[in-house]
Amino acid sequence: MTLAKRIIPCLDVDNGRVVKGVKFVEIRDAGDPVENARRYNLEGADELTFLDITASSDDRETMVHVVEAVAREVFIPLTVGGGIRELSDIRRMLNAGADKISINTAAVFNPEFVARAADKFGSQCIVVAVDAKRVSAPEEAGSWQIFTHGGRKPTGIDVLEWVERMDRYGAGEILLTSMDRDGTRIGFDNELTRLVSRAIRVPVIASGGVGNLQHLADGILEGEADAVLAASIFHFGEFRISEAKAFMRARGIEVRDD
Amino acid sequence: MQTIAVVDYGMGNLRSVVNALEAVGDKRYRVLLTSDPQQLAEADRVVFPGQGAAGDCMRAIDEYGLRDAIVTAAASRPFLGICMGMQVLIDFSEENQGTDCLGIFKGKVKYFGDGYRDQSGVKLKVPHMGWNRVTQVKSHPLWHSIDDGSRFYFVHSYYLEAQEPSLVAGTTDYGIRFTSVIARDNVFALQCHPEKSADSGLQLLRNFVHWDGKA
Repeated sequence: MTLAKRIIPCLDVDNGRVVKGVKFVEIRDAGDPVENARRYNLEGADELTFLDITASSDDRETMVHVVEAVAREVFIPLTVGGGIRELSDIRRMLNAGADKISINTAAVFNPEFVARAADKFGSQCIVVAVDAKRVSAPEEAGSWQIFTHGGRKPTGIDVLEWVERMDRYGAGEILLTSMDRDGTRIGFDNELTRLVSRAIRVPVIASGGVGNLQHLADGILEGEADAVLAASIFHFGEFRISEAKAFMRARGIEVRDD
Repeated sequence: MQTIAVVDYGMGNLRSVVNALEAVGDKRYRVLLTSDPQQLAEADRVVFPGQGAAGDCMRAIDEYGLRDAIVTAAASRPFLGICMGMQVLIDFSEENQGTDCLGIFKGKVKYFGDGYRDQSGVKLKVPHMGWNRVTQVKSHPLWHSIDDGSRFYFVHSYYLEAQEPSLVAGTTDYGIRFTSVIARDNVFALQCHPEKSADSGLQLLRNFVHWDGKA
């Protein structure tokens, strides 16, 4: 096996500025998306994910300019998510230089949107973001549902049925976030990740809960994820991507380090 | 001033290709995104990218009236095929219940398969997505300053099975060892995305920009 497992830093962008910015000494402006992207690229990030958390849709155009600026300087895959509702949103972001578009809420309310998007732009650029929350008691067999609104609203949709459906509809990849773990720093929900990864054909990115480097390795070894995504452990300067790669390599995980 | 034409036939994100060529070129080069056969005919170098399905790509090439211009460019000037832009140079793809392609080279483009596994039975995801190694199986000016076995970014579900060994310039292992790079005369084409492959990819594009088109 020579395909490397990917490490993907995720940057939240609010109105054109990275929030929870990096504290790299080399960076003069911690909120500048281009500087953050450049730094992560130098450290060996395999991809970058930008999540637009801008509240007002009037300001969405700002994100287009962010993507344009980053794509001119950083030559690794860029995924953009947040507020993608229409085919025209996807077209705009791809034209700006994004390589993949992450669809979340719009897929839940209109699953056919994923099929139309994959048909029009190709599966390779369609990522379906899944926010999953465990609904079974700890002593019961695991069962997870899709939640919306930042994990507050249940939809009644079973996660495994959902990811299989999204795979069939043409999703090129699944970004799987455990809403139980998100922000906890106690590690990915590896049981959930493994079930999803085994159920579908397409790659799975594990997300939610990373607090240390062991968690990243566990996401691959126990969760059987194809890629791991993290935000805070990289943003706050606790760990560099290069350290994460060295750690994973020492545990026998194939990573890109050349 | 030299012109590098990037063929725009409506298939996928070409912005990254243009950005990367602009990043490695200098003032002597102009990067031109074009759908115009005449401009392709006049360009000094041609980059032929592509994403999506083989059937759609072939339809788009004909809808844009670009078939002759692409075939002519591939026979005459430094020519770089990327991803689907490599696959459609071959005569046939299994995709879309079988698609006849440009037929510039002999071979077959095949599906990795549902339930795809490696020899030891480990499940392999399809698409093959991420950074994988390219083994350089013959020397070529476009490999200049790129280490053998360097990683490039891939995303594809179909792979090339080349018919003529002399065409193969690079191979990659994903369950099987497949042809990830082909080269003959003035044509060089890859399954992976140099425009998304960080330093190795930029070096390859830099090599292409300065290439005299001789193998």
